Amino acid sequence: MTTALHPKYSFDTFVVGAANRLAVTAGRTVAENPGTAYNPLFIYSGSGLGKTHLLMAVGHAAKKAAPALSIEYLTLDEWVEAFHAAIAAGQGDAFRRRFQNVDVLLVDDVQFLTNRKEMQSELLRLTEALQTAGRQIVLTSDRPPPQIADLDERLISRLSGGLVVDIGVPDYETRVAILRRKSEERGVRFDPGVLETVAGAEFANVRELMGALNRLVAFQAVNEASVTPETAKRILGLSPAAAPVAAAASSGGPGRPGGADEFGAFLADVTVTVGKAVEAWRARVTEAMLRWEGEGYRTQRLEALLKQEAPAAVDAAITEFAHDVERLKALESEVAQFDPEAAGHSVFRDPERMGEAEQAAARVREGGAPPPGPSAAFPLVAFAVGPSNQVAVSAARAVLEHPGKKYNPLVLVGKSGLGKTHLLNAIGLELARKRGAVVACLSTQAFIDELIAAIDGNHVDWWRARYRRATALLLDDIHLIAGKERTQEELFNLFNLLQDQDRQLVFTAPTPPNTLVGLEERIASRLEGGLVAELTEPDRDVKRTVLERLLTLQGINAEPALIDYLADRHADSVRGLVAGVQRVVSAAAAQDAPVSAGLAREVLEGQAPREARRSAGLRTSGLVVSSLGGIKSREKMVWDWTDPTDRVIEEFR
Amino acid sequence: MSLVNFTMREITCKIVYYGPGRSGKTTNLHYIYGRVPDARRGRMVSLATQTDRTLFFDFLPIDLGQISGFTTRFQLYTVPGQVYYNATRRLVLQGADGVVFVADSQARQLDENLESLQNLQSNLLEHGVDIRTVPLVMQYNKQDLPRELILSGADLDDALNFRGVPSFSADALHGQGVFETLKGISELVLKKLAAGSAA
Repeated sequence: MTTALHPKYSFDTFVVGAANRLAVTAGRTVAENPGTAYNPLFIYSGSGLGKTHLLMAVGHAAKKAAPALSIEYLTLDEWVEAFHAAIAAGQGDAFRRRFQNVDVLLVDDVQFLTNRKEMQSELLRLTEALQTAGRQIVLTSDRPPPQIADLDERLISRLSGGLVVDIGVPDYETRVAILRRKSEERGVRFDPGVLETVAGAEFANVRELMGALNRLVAFQAVNEASVTPETAKRILGLSPAAAPVAAAASSGGPGRPGGADEFGAFLADVTVTVGKAVEAWRARVTEAMLRWEGEGYRTQRLEALLKQEAPAAVDAAITEFAHDVERLKALESEVAQFDPEAAGHSVFRDPERMGEAEQAAARVREGGAPPPGPSAAFPLVAFAVGPSNQVAVSAARAVLEHPGKKYNPLVLVGKSGLGKTHLLNAIGLELARKRGAVVACLSTQAFIDELIAAIDGNHVDWWRARYRRATALLLDDIHLIAGKERTQEELFNLFNLLQDQDRQLVFTAPTPPNTLVGLEERIASRLEGGLVAELTEPDRDVKRTVLERLLTLQGINAEPALIDYLADRHADSVRGLVAGVQRVVSAAAAQDAPVSAGLAREVLEGQAPREARRSAGLRTSGLVVSSLGGIKSREKMVWDWTDPTDRVIEEFR
Repeated sequence: MSLVNFTMREITCKIVYYGPGRSGKTTNLHYIYGRVPDARRGRMVSLATQTDRTLFFDFLPIDLGQISGFTTRFQLYTVPGQVYYNATRRLVLQGADGVVFVADSQARQLDENLESLQNLQSNLLEHGVDIRTVPLVMQYNKQDLPRELILSGADLDDALNFRGVPSFSADALHGQGVFETLKGISELVLKKLAAGSAA
């Protein structure tokens, strides 16, 4: 991963001139006293002026001065790569430790930190750690730290905190010296004046200068004739009168290949041609399209513009489009306050459907989103009727015949598992059949949660409007309102409003309202003001109906004796009864025996202690009904297992 | 062929160097390659035999950077000149936005030039393209050879350039006329782009 120091790149081979003297001195100082002189040392220069050479030279010199030092040279890219590899391998800490223990760290090309936030913070951390430990860090870049785009301020100040030096373009004398030394290294001799001619051409950097020298070396080797200053000029394409850059700018007449920058001249020409080809208005339209598309808006209108030859008033069209988008944004955010789901609708992303968007927003503004409705899982026909719930059911029927007029409010009272939630939803479903009915049917907990969300989102008015539109309000587990002052306040107002307009109110509670703790007197008295209908423990009829339906549903052809036995058994709730049946059925399945009264007796009476585990929660009905029709039970749906071995089988299935 | 992509803000030009074998098509690309800064050029892909004959084709992508807000790329291709690689030639020619016909200026190569030009025409037709509608420039290469061996630009114009497309005298080995040719074809291609983009 770490690049070895190139043996050629030492201080001995580095030609020092006015342009790089400071950098070289700093480099030598740092190499002799790592960590004490300039830390960090930051060297910057244009490409090909010797940054890498100098950086490696520091490494060599430091190693020579103190062979025990650990010295690492690597480019930023290598470091990033190593870091990513370490992170991928889960070795992030090892990576950090490794670099924190380096005595002289040489990092090349740090300008590539642009847009790499995580690497920037990593480098910041590393620099701090190295400095604190008195270890040296030397960095190079093609520009000074503040000019590296998108660099963290802290890192800029950290990197600028030691010494920042630049290497300039070598002057003529230095260029001659470089050329002499390089040709000596290659064992090539040139006629007098040749190297001076080459040095006279102002190459942008040393690398290009080396390229020129290489060409001469190659030419001389091939042709066996010495290169003269004149041939050198010809080989290098140097116009005798002008510098190569100027030659390129004149872009070469037909008789002569262009200078060094033929490509630049070509690029300039192409730019002009493209500029003409891609008319400015198209660029503007495209830009607008890209922008709005990027934000998720549909842009057919702008696309249509592009298809025209020369459309009139392009800018006006773009402005109008932008204006429409702003309007959509405003509508969307307004809608989002009330109903985040509705805000996601595609009409708010299509300026061509502005009308629809306005309408949708208006609907939402008026509380258009209906309140949660009853669950379809609880039809009235599925409700088993018997003496134990006769009162409640006839009250419900009366309510359905004369909604809002006869029993208002109707409060269904009973223990958990007796079917209050079922009956409540059944009433809701029947009421919702009427034309123009808006039935709000939900658990009190959901009602409270909605109010809190509305307060949080600052749209209580909209929330109220939603419920005020309801033709019926049915709340399950009204006792949960206990202690919720604000909800009681809201419910009080809503109650009065709906009752005044003869709209039906139905509630469920575990005990009569006046016995509920934490309920304000004004609420409790209002609840008591209608009819409080109690559901008691299921009677034989109810149980029979439930049992028959349940067993038929499970495809069990039950013998009368079984039904009789189960119906005669004591069950404190319908849910308890259902649980018992499930136990019997699963026991039968486990033993591969038919569901019989004998088996039921064996199962239900043989293992009496298990009953104790099943505590019927008093606080809620246990069923949370969502308006989507699904049922989430707070209790487990599989109540009992006959014995552990069956359970194992079940889990392995 | 999608020359200009307004959505992606890209302009991509495919330029094919066509001509008889050994006329200097690959040499053109090599010279250009040498002049394009490292950062601007992709790898030059060249599949050549040991004797430097192009076996399949050369490919040189050049990135011209952002021009008028468009990422502009040129893709330069050469075809193998030898007669028996016609399938490859046809393949490379597919979707070309412009063609540079590199003619060998040597007098004795005139027939090869003519044959290759006809081959270009028929291969374009195979793709349903009329040679008269394709941006085309002629390059008369090897003009550095002794006068007695070659035909002059005017002679070659008479012999080959019956449509009067722009023509350039060149010495591709030393770079003379190479960029002029590239400029010539680029202008034709981009002008056609301007005319065609409204459609």
